Amino acid sequence: MYKEYLTVSNIVGPLLIVEKIEDVKYGELVEIETSEGLERRGTVLDVSTDRAVVQVFEGTVGLDVDRSRVRFLGRSQQLGVSEDIIGRIFDGSGRPKDSGPQIIAEKSLDINGSPINPQARDYPSEFIQTGISSIDGMNPLVRGQKLPLFSGSGLPHARIAAQIARQAAVLGKAEKFAVVFGAMGITFEEANFFIEDFRNTGALERAVLFLNLANEPPIERIATPRLALSCAEYLAFDLDMHVLVILVDMTFYAEALREISAARKEIPGRRGYPGYLYTDLASMYERAGRIKGKTGSITMIPILTMPEDDKTHPIADLTGYITEGQIMISRELHRKGIYPPIDVLPSLSRLKDQGIGEGKTREDHADVLNQLFACYARGKEARELSLILGEAALSDTDKIYLKFADRYEDEFVKQGEFETRSIIDTLDMGWTLLRTIPRAELKRIRPEFIKKYFPGEK
Amino acid sequence: MKQGKIIRVAGPLVVASGCMGAKMYDMVKIGELGLIGEIIELREDKAFIQVYEDTTGIGPEEPVALTGKPLSVELGPGMLRSIYDGIQRPLDVIKNLEGDFVTRGVEVPSLDRNKEWEFSPVVKQGQQVAAGDILGEVQETPLILHKILVPGGIEGKVKEIKKGKFTVDQTVTVIETSGGPLSLKMFQSWSIRKNRAVRERLMPTEPLTTGQRVLDTLFPLAKGGTACVPGPFGSGKTVVQHQLAKWADAQIIVFVACGERGNEVADLLKEFPQLKDPQTGRPLLERTILIANTSNMPVAAREASIYTGMTIAEYYRDMGYSVALMADSSSRWAEALREISGRMEEMPGEEGYPAYLASRIAEFYERAGKVVCLGSDNRQGALSVIGAVSPPGGDLSDPVVQSTLKVVKVFWALDDRLANMRHFPAINWLLSYSLYVENVKDFWASHVAEEFSDLRQEAQHLLEEEAELQEIARLVGVESLSDRERLILESARSIREDFLHQNAFHPQDTYTSFRKQYLMLRIILHFYHSALEALEEGVELEKILALEVREQISKIKYLPEKDEDILSVYMSVDDNFKKLIQNKE
Repeated sequence: MYKEYLTVSNIVGPLLIVEKIEDVKYGELVEIETSEGLERRGTVLDVSTDRAVVQVFEGTVGLDVDRSRVRFLGRSQQLGVSEDIIGRIFDGSGRPKDSGPQIIAEKSLDINGSPINPQARDYPSEFIQTGISSIDGMNPLVRGQKLPLFSGSGLPHARIAAQIARQAAVLGKAEKFAVVFGAMGITFEEANFFIEDFRNTGALERAVLFLNLANEPPIERIATPRLALSCAEYLAFDLDMHVLVILVDMTFYAEALREISAARKEIPGRRGYPGYLYTDLASMYERAGRIKGKTGSITMIPILTMPEDDKTHPIADLTGYITEGQIMISRELHRKGIYPPIDVLPSLSRLKDQGIGEGKTREDHADVLNQLFACYARGKEARELSLILGEAALSDTDKIYLKFADRYEDEFVKQGEFETRSIIDTLDMGWTLLRTIPRAELKRIRPEFIKKYFPGEK
Repeated sequence: MKQGKIIRVAGPLVVASGCMGAKMYDMVKIGELGLIGEIIELREDKAFIQVYEDTTGIGPEEPVALTGKPLSVELGPGMLRSIYDGIQRPLDVIKNLEGDFVTRGVEVPSLDRNKEWEFSPVVKQGQQVAAGDILGEVQETPLILHKILVPGGIEGKVKEIKKGKFTVDQTVTVIETSGGPLSLKMFQSWSIRKNRAVRERLMPTEPLTTGQRVLDTLFPLAKGGTACVPGPFGSGKTVVQHQLAKWADAQIIVFVACGERGNEVADLLKEFPQLKDPQTGRPLLERTILIANTSNMPVAAREASIYTGMTIAEYYRDMGYSVALMADSSSRWAEALREISGRMEEMPGEEGYPAYLASRIAEFYERAGKVVCLGSDNRQGALSVIGAVSPPGGDLSDPVVQSTLKVVKVFWALDDRLANMRHFPAINWLLSYSLYVENVKDFWASHVAEEFSDLRQEAQHLLEEEAELQEIARLVGVESLSDRERLILESARSIREDFLHQNAFHPQDTYTSFRKQYLMLRIILHFYHSALEALEEGVELEKILALEVREQISKIKYLPEKDEDILSVYMSVDDNFKKLIQNKE
């Protein structure tokens, strides 16, 4: 039996201050019983000899100072897992949300996890074919990578993420595969879009969903991604599965964190976000990866909506510093009606070099990729110039590049939502476009590849 | 051991009472688990402790053991090839003990206590020795001879010196000091927050060759100098750091991965054993020490990690080696400082960083330098420091960037725009600078070529002119430029694309010797000069730009390091222009 405290002294925002406590530990899980007999949960954020600061997951609405009962559970927040977890839907605190039974835990996991020993990490090098040219060809994803989608409100990031989840496959392999989906603060409609999509493609049977919707307690969101990741670790490293983790929307997560920080009257960093936002985000993102000697892997696609499409906003900025690249979704391309509106220039995949090339995709991949980047960048510059001076002011070479950029967007980037392009098709398409550029301009491609792949060249 | 008692736990900050007599920066062990922490503030009998491990499950009333010793590193043979966490615990040993995840309260010695090393004495019995003198040598790796030094503050006569195989904590020599005989082992402990003494500091005069053309030619770093690489995410800071760790001609590399990605560390661990030292053909790992405190590892240990790395680097410098320390990224270190400061409720300075941020950064970089080491042989050592900075949004007005720029002499400005165009290394040639150019000029003249400085200057001048002309062209169109001006634009483009652009992942292009850099630059400028002459002769610019030798120039970077191959392009330039002028007549 746990000792019950009736000594709540202050309630500030999502925080509860409990006095005259004994033997309370930092990070401990807390149960709170409201005066109506309802139960809430929380965790200890700061503990002194006689006083503990408790953060209440479900919020403090309806709590009172004199009749709330507080119990300290002597353990941190945990997730009970077993093989039966696959195919289930949970709420943001890990309680079943579908009609299924409680999970009979085979193992209890601390949701905060432990850092992977860098020495034990295996460098990700397996190319994942998503079937999307602007990702596979230009910013390829590899197993064990964390590659966020940087988006804005009203952009089709959900459709892109669903397409990746649907089509992702490693070349020439059929393996145990699972999707773990963590939703923080998104709307019912958005969550439902994913659920329906998973259901229609049969992916739901091998998915685990943790949902904290927009009308659910914001503080609960702090735990949601951690639950999802603990589950992913179990599937990947205990059950040898290849797990794709999709987390939406990290912006709402960070806002919840800011709410707690403000309630604690901490000194804010940029835009009111706490100074430890980087460390906090890293403690989640870094849980992606591969471990030497283990079959499974965790590949992570966090999605965040950048306020005002500003990538220097702290959430996007700090995420970019932790993740291994980013896929930028562009409003400009979206307006032009191009799907998927991925702007390849500011996008980046840091792990691509190990994942592409001979034996993985094709020997010329790296060179073609660099050349396409360079040409498209030049083409976009020419486009800007023509906007200012008019197309007539462009040199002949610039005109060639301008045309290249248009075709690149219309043919290479644009594709169907249900269209899977193989990497070979993507690369050949790249060569077809490069054919429009004079050969002497192709400085990023090794001569032997030009000889071999340049179509129509003697 | 004296004990205190925890009275508060708030994340990585623990407050304990009953700590009278404890000193600032003493190491303590917290709770039953014995988590390692360091005292960062004392108020009466209360000690404020930053804890290097996760504090979940720790609570008031638990004991705090005061060790009375500062947080120290163990310096001795066996550090090379190692990978340590922020407080010098070997991660490979932890992995063997605890599995794939880092757990708490692990206590392992930094240096392997069982491994035996062959110790060959350098001093003889009866010889007078003082701090810094070499007592003996150990072949630590095939690349590096580890010198066992007399620790600081010790002076006396060698009473006994041994020879043969010993572990690090066996006595190898006894020194008769004024205070009586003193047994010395092969390793010593040193507080990470204390500089290691040197005899004299010297001006750096020799460039640190990195094989990266934009760095070596345009913005050189001197051995014993300091550089910083700020840039937004995705601009290639880490690739630059990795390239330096791989190719810099320092004898010892200390790489501190401070609050960065785990997979980057995995990358280094995978690549270094395969990469060969250009001079000896041995794996580069044999000269490398990695300190890895990734972003998800405890934040306070991140704060300590750069000092751990620095102390180890200084120790090898004291042996007379040229050492290079890379810290990636110092912003993460500063953030750790900010987090701890915030939890201590200190008055914040700019952007929430503590007011002492600038002085801490300055102290850190000042530990670099070219020096005469302690010891009677007057050997010289150098410690170069290269710090990456990750300013939010790439904004250079960030306090960490600004405080760093005040102390470092070389600024490699990474540029988002260049990175988007896949111009790598994305170092902006207009913003970057090196204050070592004058220092290393003599070295260039005697080791590379007499005219190298002039070529370099001309190239830089062309790049500046290009920026001006582009501005004009943007306003009034390219047509309004004269042929001569357009030639400048094209030549500057050639410098950018054929010389400055370098592919770190291309086997030939990844490293360029100084000799080849010189030849490349000479050929590119030779083309420019010849083209100027041809223009004077009345040849049309279009014809010059259509010369096939231009394609050859663009491919020089992929040629092997053979003079005749490269110089044949020089001949082709001459041929091409000769034909052009003949045809005209």
